Amino acid sequence: MNRRPAALVPVIAILSGFALGALVVIVTGRSTGDMFRAMLQGATGVNLGAGTFNPRYLGEFLVQTMPIVLTGLAVGFAFRTGLFNIGAEGQLIAGSMAAIAVGLGVRAPAGVHVALVLLAAMAAGGLWGAIPGVLKARFNVHEVVVSIMLNYVALHLNNWAIVEIFHSVDRIKTPVIPASALLRSDLLGGLTNGSRLGWGLLPVALSLAAYWFLIERTTFGFRLRAVGFNKESARYAGMKVERSIVAAMAISGAFAGLAGAVITVGTFSFGRALPAHEGYGFDGIAVALVGGNGALGIGLSGLLFGLLKAAQPLMQSQGIPKEIASIIQAAIVLFIAMKLGIEHLLARGRAGAAPSPRPAPGGEADG
Amino acid sequence: MNLLATMIPIALVYATPIVIAALGGLFSERSGIVNIALEGIMMVGAFSAAAVTVALEPSPLAGWLGVLVAVVAGVTFSALHAFASIHLRADQVVSGTALNILAGGLTVYLCQIFFDQQRTGAFATGLAKVSIPGLAAIPALGAVLFRNVYPTTYLALGLVVITWFVVYRMPLGLRLLACGEHPQAAASAGIDVLGMRYLGVLVSGGLAGLAGAAMVLTQDIQYTVGSVHGTGFIALACLIFGKWNPFGALGAGLFFGLSQALAIYAKDIPFLQAIPQDFFHLLPYALTVVALVVFSGKSVGPRAAGEPYDPGRR
Repeated sequence: MNRRPAALVPVIAILSGFALGALVVIVTGRSTGDMFRAMLQGATGVNLGAGTFNPRYLGEFLVQTMPIVLTGLAVGFAFRTGLFNIGAEGQLIAGSMAAIAVGLGVRAPAGVHVALVLLAAMAAGGLWGAIPGVLKARFNVHEVVVSIMLNYVALHLNNWAIVEIFHSVDRIKTPVIPASALLRSDLLGGLTNGSRLGWGLLPVALSLAAYWFLIERTTFGFRLRAVGFNKESARYAGMKVERSIVAAMAISGAFAGLAGAVITVGTFSFGRALPAHEGYGFDGIAVALVGGNGALGIGLSGLLFGLLKAAQPLMQSQGIPKEIASIIQAAIVLFIAMKLGIEHLLARGRAGAAPSPRPAPGGEADG
Repeated sequence: MNLLATMIPIALVYATPIVIAALGGLFSERSGIVNIALEGIMMVGAFSAAAVTVALEPSPLAGWLGVLVAVVAGVTFSALHAFASIHLRADQVVSGTALNILAGGLTVYLCQIFFDQQRTGAFATGLAKVSIPGLAAIPALGAVLFRNVYPTTYLALGLVVITWFVVYRMPLGLRLLACGEHPQAAASAGIDVLGMRYLGVLVSGGLAGLAGAAMVLTQDIQYTVGSVHGTGFIALACLIFGKWNPFGALGAGLFFGLSQALAIYAKDIPFLQAIPQDFFHLLPYALTVVALVVFSGKSVGPRAAGEPYDPGRR
């Protein structure tokens, strides 16, 4: 387990996932050629059939990638500190609500306004994430069930707020948020032939850097990881375990909350009522697991799953049901989960019967 | 009073799949395997039941064959979770999450293959309501509990009693409990821990499949990706709320059913009219969190649930 390259397991899982997806496509009588051509077009903008290139696809590819890199960071941060944050979806919605509130309710100069929006979204996501953290630290309630429930609470709260607080006329959209609060960029949009790509790239890049620095380079991050690795020895070493759990969940939630802002004031320019969860939280789990919970890995696997999402409409137009993307994603996650078990067995076989501590899902990243 | 008489039958319809799925969760968790895939298994069950019913209607048995196929599909689908988490010692929450993602993708994918749309075709009846001759004539009570009730509701009640008997009164059930409490001790008493855990997860898959079928065939006209909308997660919460006991799960399930019925009837109840409907939609989820906090500290769940079985540990 020690001397094998860290990327080996994810790469095998990814290839197996795509192979399984291709198998499903073949068995159901569709063309794998169409599927892979659609994916290529989604990733590069090159349409092999027509021999054309449209950079708009590149822009939309990044638009799909940005929020799931952030939810991936949210889930990954929790994993690294021994917690399972399945509530990124709800924290994202909380962040989005705060973004709408500050976007519509506050008047400020262009640069300041958008910064306020992002900060408010992070604070709201952090608070929403802190709830399961507090309940776990104070009452020893498992964070997984609480977070799932809070996802639904956030969903219905959002739909109520869209109508009652933000005065949606059609009960679906809020009024348009003023330009000073938006992440719109004529430059990036123009470069990508009118895609929805905007300045959301900046907070996403900053988040990746902050994640790496916080986790790998600060004593604070080290303390959080130590608590996640072994609560009791961390307590014995004088660390404040309960406070660490709350802080870890709050930081995790802040990443997800930021994703909500990137969607609401970046991809869109208004708040939306949601008929159901959009799956960003589950995407984040897949991104974090495949990325091995490291900043670089999460960035790369975010690109992979962003590509799958961006290729969905293209596959659908080729007659391949777009849900094939979820099937491939689920297969990759399942293979990663199984691989952990296989590695564990191999490691145990080598180490004899010595009991080894169970690693956090996805394990620790190398550097 | 009249309102209550119309609300209770609706509450029973909502409670039925929750209770059945919670019993499924009970078998899995009591054997030591956490099953957050209940939601996904219900989706697979609901899709199978709807698709089979659409294909076989107007045969009067269409709905029941749909139920049967849903149970088989649920068992098959849960075998993935069993294999990953028992044999390959995968993290059980991760494996369950993978199944939940897979269920959403696979069912809608198959809808497009079979029905050329994002949903199954619509069925005409699904499962028909029944009245119990004699009992239905009881004044007041008869109309509420024995007239025009879906047979799946009685099935759920029967399963509660059967589950209680199997788990607490039969050697098999006691072995199952032992595997969830202290697998190493169970193994030293000659119990096949892995086998019992497989049994627990597969039974839970069958019950969750049944729950999905009961849900779509009584509350919907077709399967869509939103047909199950978190009911599997609510069932999981009911299991905890009901302290991993079948009658507790029944009570919790009825409570959740009633709170969902309240969302529909709130506009007819004078002092609830002013409260927005979304509030009633989020109520069951918020109440679950409150219930978890209230029951915290008393660790009544299976002690070994969530941990892969390690024969070398003491």
